[in-house]
Amino acid sequence: MAYFEMAKTVLKSVLHGPSTIRYPAQPAKITPISRGRVVIDPSQCISCGMCMRKCPADAICVSREEKTWEIDRLRCHVCNCCVEVCPVHCLTMETQYSPAVTVREGRELVKITYVKPERPAKPDAGEKEQAGSS
Amino acid sequence: MSKEIVIPFGPQHPVLPEPIHLDLVIEDEKVKEALPSIGYVHRGLETLVEKREFPEYVYIAERICGICSFIHGATYCQAVETLMNVEVPERALYLRTIWSEYSRLHSHLLWLGLFADGMGFENLFMDAWRLREHVLDDLEATTGGRVIQGSCKVGGVRRDIDAAKLDEMSNGLDGFRGELADLVDVFLNDSSVRSRLKNVGVLSKHDAYADGAVGPVLRASGVASDARMLGYAAYGNLHFKPVVEEGCDCYARCAVRAKEMYASIDLIKEAVQKIPDGPIEVKVTGKPDGEYFARAEQPRGEVVHYVKGNGTRHLARHRVRTPTITNVPPMVKMLAGCELADVPVIVLSIDPCIGCCER
Ligand code: SF4
Ligand code: SF4
Repeated sequence: MAYFEMAKTVLKSVLHGPSTIRYPAQPAKITPISRGRVVIDPSQCISCGMCMRKCPADAICVSREEKTWEIDRLRCHVCNCCVEVCPVHCLTMETQYSPAVTVREGRELVKITYVKPERPAKPDAGEKEQAGSS
Repeated sequence: MSKEIVIPFGPQHPVLPEPIHLDLVIEDEKVKEALPSIGYVHRGLETLVEKREFPEYVYIAERICGICSFIHGATYCQAVETLMNVEVPERALYLRTIWSEYSRLHSHLLWLGLFADGMGFENLFMDAWRLREHVLDDLEATTGGRVIQGSCKVGGVRRDIDAAKLDEMSNGLDGFRGELADLVDVFLNDSSVRSRLKNVGVLSKHDAYADGAVGPVLRASGVASDARMLGYAAYGNLHFKPVVEEGCDCYARCAVRAKEMYASIDLIKEAVQKIPDGPIEVKVTGKPDGEYFARAEQPRGEVVHYVKGNGTRHLARHRVRTPTITNVPPMVKMLAGCELADVPVIVLSIDPCIGCCER
């Protein structure tokens, strides 16, 4: 049976100062591979919808017709799945967390600005425009 | 003759963040009987297996529990891999083992903190969680996530750890062991902690075995049973011995968990030494068909993941038997006859995780 078991820890804590940091005045610890939030480069996205199909949380909605890419920040649980499956690597994982949002602010709509490059002219490739340029 | 009354305990209770409800039948200050009920946080994660393809379901399997998430993901992968006859590379198995043991460290430190809080020892709680931060930092630096690692996939792991980082982690654990020793010393030797835990919530060896206790609850009652002895992942190549205590009370359960942390540190250090070079994943092709039970040791005890495939990209069934659900009947037995004031300590001593128990 012993007493003053905590004495060493208490002394150390007094000398060491607080273990916490004064966030947000002091930035939070972040590592280069921390998963913070998903960002898109709208000039690269080909609207293939892979991210929408694979997202485990149904957080992404891609519309080919309207050329939009929408993410619901409150649904997204930052798993990195969409970043991995995107065929053109236009999604990236930022290390900063997304700020606290309300339900409405959480929905982020991005206009896709990707323009399909003209195919090199092939002799009589008639319906070039057909597939749409999204 | 005193009168029996029923006192409701939970699902909202100051010392117990987990939503379990107990109806305590009290006579004087003694608990005569405890009637548990759950059902407050059911999320239907198992049904989602029909809606998500099996490689993406790993992300959901991991989110069954917010504390032992990595091991849930790894066990699910283990089940699907066996079903599909996938040969997982050695290095991936070692990395899974390392991360599993880190999860155990962080889970046990979290539990020690909550347990101290349950006893009313607030600064010990802070100290345990301060230490846990080192573990979380290493997890974040190697997987990208503090609590939900997301680094396991069917066929291997998503991220590698380079040799320099592995050495740094292994060396960091030396200093960590010293700090841990100071913390564990308080839990095991402090007079107020001892008097609060000794001979409280006694579960005899026979009861523990017969009622199906698992994990530290079972080992604290003197039964050497640990799923890691099966040698899944890389445990077969490491020197692992289960930690067993004979005390059968809350103190013994606390001691098992405290000593398991040292065992985890040893396992991590050994794995870092033995980890082979090579690929970290193999390509998985085909569709799962058939059924399989995978077993693994969670910080709270043995978990069983059952998967059933039907030859499509979606599994037909996924069922998880989490350790907490099997530890509830032994807990009810421990509660019978205890003092009302000891109820929080006894309930916490099984390390309840109702979130993963209900899924
Ligand atoms: S990070 Fe995961 S949850 Fe978030 S949008 Fe991408 S796939 Fe969906
Ligand atoms: S973000 Fe990537 S995966 Fe998603 S629609 Fe655009 S190109 Fe496809």
